[in-house]
Amino acid sequence: MKATAPHMGRLDLVLKDIFSRTGIDFVMPPRTSAKTMQLGLRYSPEFACLPLKVTIGNFIEAIEAGADTLLMAGGVGPCRFGYYAEIQRYVLQEANYKFNMIVLEPPAVGWKLFIETLRLLAPGKSIYQIWQIIRISFRKARIMDKLEKYALKYRAYEVHRGDTTEAHKKALEIMEPAFTDMEITKASEKAFAVMEAIEKDMDKPVLRVGIVGEFYVLLEPFVNLDVEEYLGHMGVSLERSVYLTDWISPSSKNQIMGISDEEIARAAKPYLNHFVGGEGLPSVGHTIIYAKEGFDGIVHLFPFTCMPDTIAKSILPQVSRDLDIPVISFVLDEQTGKAGVLTRLEAFVDLLASRKKHRELARV
Amino acid sequence: MKGFLGVDVGSVSTNLVVLDERGNVVSLIYRRTQGQPINAVKEGMKEIQADLPGDIEIIGVGTTGSARYLSGVMVGADIVKNEITAHAVAATHVVPQVRTVLEIGGQDSKIILLRDGIVIDFAMNTVCAAGTGSFLDHQSTRLGIPIEEFGSYALQADVSCQIAGRCSVFAESDMVHKQQMGYRMEDIIYGLCQALVRNYLNNLAKGKELLTPIVFQGGVAANAGMKKAFEEALQTEIVIPKHHHVMGAIGAALLARGTVRDGKTNFKGFEIASIDYQTRSFHCKGCENNCEIVRIQVSGKTLACWGGRCGKWEVATAEEAELLLQTSI
Repeated sequence: MKATAPHMGRLDLVLKDIFSRTGIDFVMPPRTSAKTMQLGLRYSPEFACLPLKVTIGNFIEAIEAGADTLLMAGGVGPCRFGYYAEIQRYVLQEANYKFNMIVLEPPAVGWKLFIETLRLLAPGKSIYQIWQIIRISFRKARIMDKLEKYALKYRAYEVHRGDTTEAHKKALEIMEPAFTDMEITKASEKAFAVMEAIEKDMDKPVLRVGIVGEFYVLLEPFVNLDVEEYLGHMGVSLERSVYLTDWISPSSKNQIMGISDEEIARAAKPYLNHFVGGEGLPSVGHTIIYAKEGFDGIVHLFPFTCMPDTIAKSILPQVSRDLDIPVISFVLDEQTGKAGVLTRLEAFVDLLASRKKHRELARV
Repeated sequence: MKGFLGVDVGSVSTNLVVLDERGNVVSLIYRRTQGQPINAVKEGMKEIQADLPGDIEIIGVGTTGSARYLSGVMVGADIVKNEITAHAVAATHVVPQVRTVLEIGGQDSKIILLRDGIVIDFAMNTVCAAGTGSFLDHQSTRLGIPIEEFGSYALQADVSCQIAGRCSVFAESDMVHKQQMGYRMEDIIYGLCQALVRNYLNNLAKGKELLTPIVFQGGVAANAGMKKAFEEALQTEIVIPKHHHVMGAIGAALLARGTVRDGKTNFKGFEIASIDYQTRSFHCKGCENNCEIVRIQVSGKTLACWGGRCGKWEVATAEEAELLLQTSI
C-alpha cells in the first residue's frame, strides 16, 4: 500500500511521521501549486467550494507520483466537507484513475468503524500500539504547531525581513527526524532556541490582529495567498483561530489556540446560539473573544460558497459595531486576484494603525 | 518654489498632481493609461514639467493606483500607498469634516467611512465592475455620445426609465431593449445612472451608515447624472471636489508631504521621461512555488523585481536583485 493524503498546512509532516511508525509507505504529493489548482479545476464541479477543487488536484498529483491509496477525512455535516471523500472518489473514478480510498470518519459516525479504519492504516498493530503511535505523533505535531504560533506572533517584530520564515523552516527541519519521546524533547528545545534567536525589536509599534474563518483556507498558505506572512511583514502580530492539531484532535479543548469549543460557543451566544456547521459559530465566537481581549482588528477568510462562514459573515458586521472592532472578510476561490486582496489588506492595516494612534493620542 | 508630486496610475487614467507646501494644486495632468502604464507615466511627467513654474523643486513623491509599485520604481517614490488610503487622505484635505467618500473610478468603486478624520470602514467592489467608469465609457461609445456629454443628457430626462443594473452585460441588454421600445435616449441614460447608483449602494454601502458630508470623487463624479442619482437615492446633497478626477494623485502627494523628513526625497527627476524602461517576466526557480516575477530594467540593468510569494524579490535592492537573478532563473 502506498498511501497519500491532501495537503493542508504541515499535515504532510504529521502523516509522514505517523506512517513511518505504522510501517506504511507514504507518498507526499508535490506541494500545492498553480498546477495542482489547474488539475483540480479540470475535474471538479464548478460550484463546489475551493478546498474540494484543490484536494482533488493533490490526489491527482499523488497518484501520478505512485500513490495507490487515498486517505481522506470524513465528517457529519452540515458543512459539505463530510461529503468530500465521496465526491472525490466519484470524480477521480470518472477520470479513470485507479486507486483505493480510505475514509477516516470521525468517531461520531461510530467507534467501531473508526477503529476498523485505524487498523487498516496500522496493519498488525494492537489497539494499545496504535494509541501509543497517535500519542507520540500528536505530541510532536503540537510542538510544530506551537512553533507556527510563535512565528505568527513574532514575525511583526523581526529586525530583518524574512528571518522568521527562515527560522521557522529550520525549526521544522530540526523537528522532523525526532522519533522517540526523548528525541522529540531535545529537538523541541533546539527548535525553540532557533525561533528565540531571531533578532527582534520588541519596542516596534505593532498591531494585533486575529485571523478567523474556515479551517482549510486558514491552514493552507497557498490558498490564502500567504496573507499571514504578508501581514507579518506589515507589522501585524497574529493570533489564529485554528491550528492543525486543534482541528484533527477530537478533543474540544483546542490546546494550541487555547480557547475551548465551549468558551467559543458561550461567547457567540448573543449572536448565534447553535452550531451551523464548519466554523460558522467559531468565526463569530473568536471575533468576540479577540475583541474583548483588546485586539486591533479581525481578518475573516473563507471559501466562496462556504455556507457556515457565509452565515458568520452576515453576523460579523453587527459584532464589529457592538464591540467596536474592525472586521474585514475575504471570500476566496480560484478566481480571487491576489492584487485585490493585498490592496484591501494594506488599506485595512492603515485603518487599524490610524485608529490606534488616534486612540492613544486621545488617552494622553 | 517647493512642491510635492503625486502619481496615480489606474486602469483607465494616469494622473499626476503637484501640490505646493500648503497642499494647493499647482498643476495637474489627467490622461488615459491605455494599457501602457510606463508610457503613460513618462508622457505625464513630460506634460506636467512643461506646465510647472520653472523654479519648482520637488521635495517629495508618492504613488498610488494599481500600478503604484511600477510607477514608484520609475519616479523614485518616497511612499507607495494603496488607493483607498490615498483617496481618504485627499478627501479629508479638501473637506475636513467629510464622513463618507463615494469613489468610482475606471474599474474600481469604493466607499470609505470616516469619523473625526479617521477611516473607520471601507469597502471596494469585489465580484463585478458593473457601475464603474469602464462600463459607462463602453456605453457612451455604443450610443455614439461622448462620455463628457453623458451627464447633461441624463439631466434632461423627463421620466425615469428602469434599467437592470446588477450585471453590466444584462444592463446593456436591457438598455438595447428600452431603445428598441422607443424610449428617449435622455431617459435611458438617466435610468442607467440610477441603476449604477442602486448597484453601488447595494454592493458597497449595504449595512453602512452614510453620514454627511458626503464627497463623491473619481472620474465618474464628472457625470452630473450620477451626482443627481446619488442625491436622489440618498436624499441629501453630495459634494464634488473641484479636482475630483485626480483625488488619488492628490492623496499620494499629501502622503509624500507627511513622509519626507529633512527634504530627503528619492525623486529621480522629470528626466525619467526620456529613459527607456523594459519589463519582462520570468519564473523564479528558487523553490517549488515557481512564482512569476516581473523585472523592470533600464539598458540591461535591473531596477527592481516583484511578484513572488516569499517577498525576497520585493526587499532586494537593485544590486541584490541582480545577484538573485543569477541564482534563481
